[in-house]
Amino acid sequence: MKFSAEFESRLAEMLTHYPTKRSALVPTLLYAQDEVGALTDEVIAEIAGRVDLTVLEVRNVISYYSLLTTKPRGRYNVQVCTNIACMLRGGEELLDHCKKKLGVGHKGTTPDGMFSLEEVECIGACSWAPAVQVNYDFHENLTAEKMDKVLDDYKKKGTQ
Amino acid sequence: MASLVSHPDEVRVVSRRFGQGATDIDRYVALDGYKAVQKALAMKPDDIITLVKDSGLRGRGGAGFNTGLKWSFVPKQAPKPKYILCNGDESEPGTCKDRLIFEHDPHSVIEGVMIAGLAVGSHTGYIYIRGEYRYLSVIMQKAIRDAYAKGFLGKNIFGSGYDFDVYWHGGAGAYEVGEESALMESLEGKRGIPRIRPPFPAVVGLWGGPTVINNAETLASVPHIILGGAEWFAKMGPPKNGGTRLFCLSGHVAKPGVYELPMGYNLKKMIYDVGGGITNGRSLKAVVPGGSSCPVLKADEIDVSMDFDSLMKAGSMLGSGGVVVLDDTTCIVKFALRTIKFYQHESCGWCIPCREGTDWLKKTLTRFHHGAGVKKDIDNIQYLAENMLGRTFCPLGDAAAMPTIAFVKKFRQEFEDHLDGRACPFEKAAELATA
Repeated sequence: MKFSAEFESRLAEMLTHYPTKRSALVPTLLYAQDEVGALTDEVIAEIAGRVDLTVLEVRNVISYYSLLTTKPRGRYNVQVCTNIACMLRGGEELLDHCKKKLGVGHKGTTPDGMFSLEEVECIGACSWAPAVQVNYDFHENLTAEKMDKVLDDYKKKGTQ
Repeated sequence: MASLVSHPDEVRVVSRRFGQGATDIDRYVALDGYKAVQKALAMKPDDIITLVKDSGLRGRGGAGFNTGLKWSFVPKQAPKPKYILCNGDESEPGTCKDRLIFEHDPHSVIEGVMIAGLAVGSHTGYIYIRGEYRYLSVIMQKAIRDAYAKGFLGKNIFGSGYDFDVYWHGGAGAYEVGEESALMESLEGKRGIPRIRPPFPAVVGLWGGPTVINNAETLASVPHIILGGAEWFAKMGPPKNGGTRLFCLSGHVAKPGVYELPMGYNLKKMIYDVGGGITNGRSLKAVVPGGSSCPVLKADEIDVSMDFDSLMKAGSMLGSGGVVVLDDTTCIVKFALRTIKFYQHESCGWCIPCREGTDWLKKTLTRFHHGAGVKKDIDNIQYLAENMLGRTFCPLGDAAAMPTIAFVKKFRQEFEDHLDGRACPFEKAAELATA
């Protein structure tokens, strides 16, 4: 199992930041997932070895955090916030719009693997609602039209 | 990334460097950056604590505990290393202020962590940023690297003989981790489950060492207090409520945004003057004044001073500064349901009143909102929520229960309007309006 040089140097540095190895676990899992696409059995076994934990202990942590996943998502994970501030400004309608546009439901992935969709809790964009995160990028003050443009742009980027 | 707003009533302290390019360390230094920590290095630790205590700075994460007092609980002598932990796991619905601090002024957080360290005799600080804020982690990691490169961090900082290290740490999606003991568990590489207290983190915290945990906005306020003085900071707000707050205006308000206003600013003025009133000329129904866990205020209860004590007196809380505005088209039952859906999702499941209580409330409210509620459900919702209060390991149970109780008590009629198989009256109105 090989990670990128950047991943390796970050992990090596992080391990010097804490008195225990496992302290680096949560951010490391997220970086590994970003590289591989999901926390596969292989990734879990590898990381468990790096931080001196059992596979079970690592899985126990993974299941707690909502960003971590053992199943691959689409290339672009569209995370629509419907929490209170977004709900008041059309977050639920925006989610419905995305469901129709992408033809998938909550936690679904399009057949071409380009997009997955997720209804998420507050992402910290309340004053710029309704808001969506595509992977880590924020898109704010959205309307159905603006959302279409956002999705079209990602699609173009993804097929290039 | 997130757009900035301004209003003439703003008093810029924490947001002073927003939009000024202060992520660049030289620019930060030119804007009085790292002066406060040098001043603090020449002070006695107890004098730093007294200064911060006297400034009336209270925790910006929501609890509103006096920061200097919190620091004073750390024992002088400890067998294990002491730590400073900055809580940047901002995730209380309605709150989006720490995001701006990390985006525009990351060094102010680093400097605040350092000063806290000097005050309690710690040599190590961690800045925990929620996983969703990846771009802010990138900004923070660079800021820390730059500070090391300048010799502001590491061995012998500013030639003082004092060593201080600051590290970044990232989360991976969990509201519960914003609770201080769960935050420590997460930093230790575990599930974010709260610890029982006592012992409090000030005595037994990270890896068993005494730990100070402060919100990012709290720590970003500290350098300004060191430079401006306790009296200057305290005088900005009412007694015991020093300084300013980053208020996040959201919902049905014409000019949403994050505004820095003096502590004690009038809520009505905040909504109508600063926020430009209610969108589309509609009228106000209610306000959630400090993030989703704070009990709702009705339209006739908003002539209130936005400080910790006044809001407590008004039966709510100042919380984390998230002001969510609801107009008269909002269905309170639906709003209550969305609020509890969040807490049900985020409950870590460790203790039963929270795990079962939030789930039961969500189920009842869902059924209720969809027209299948019965009259005794209304009392049941309140009874359930009241029985969660004070019976959980951490405040998440209270955070779910308090707003629920207020929704039922203050808007009981709206709950009754959903009875007898009637569909949500607000959805009907919305359908008619769009037909």
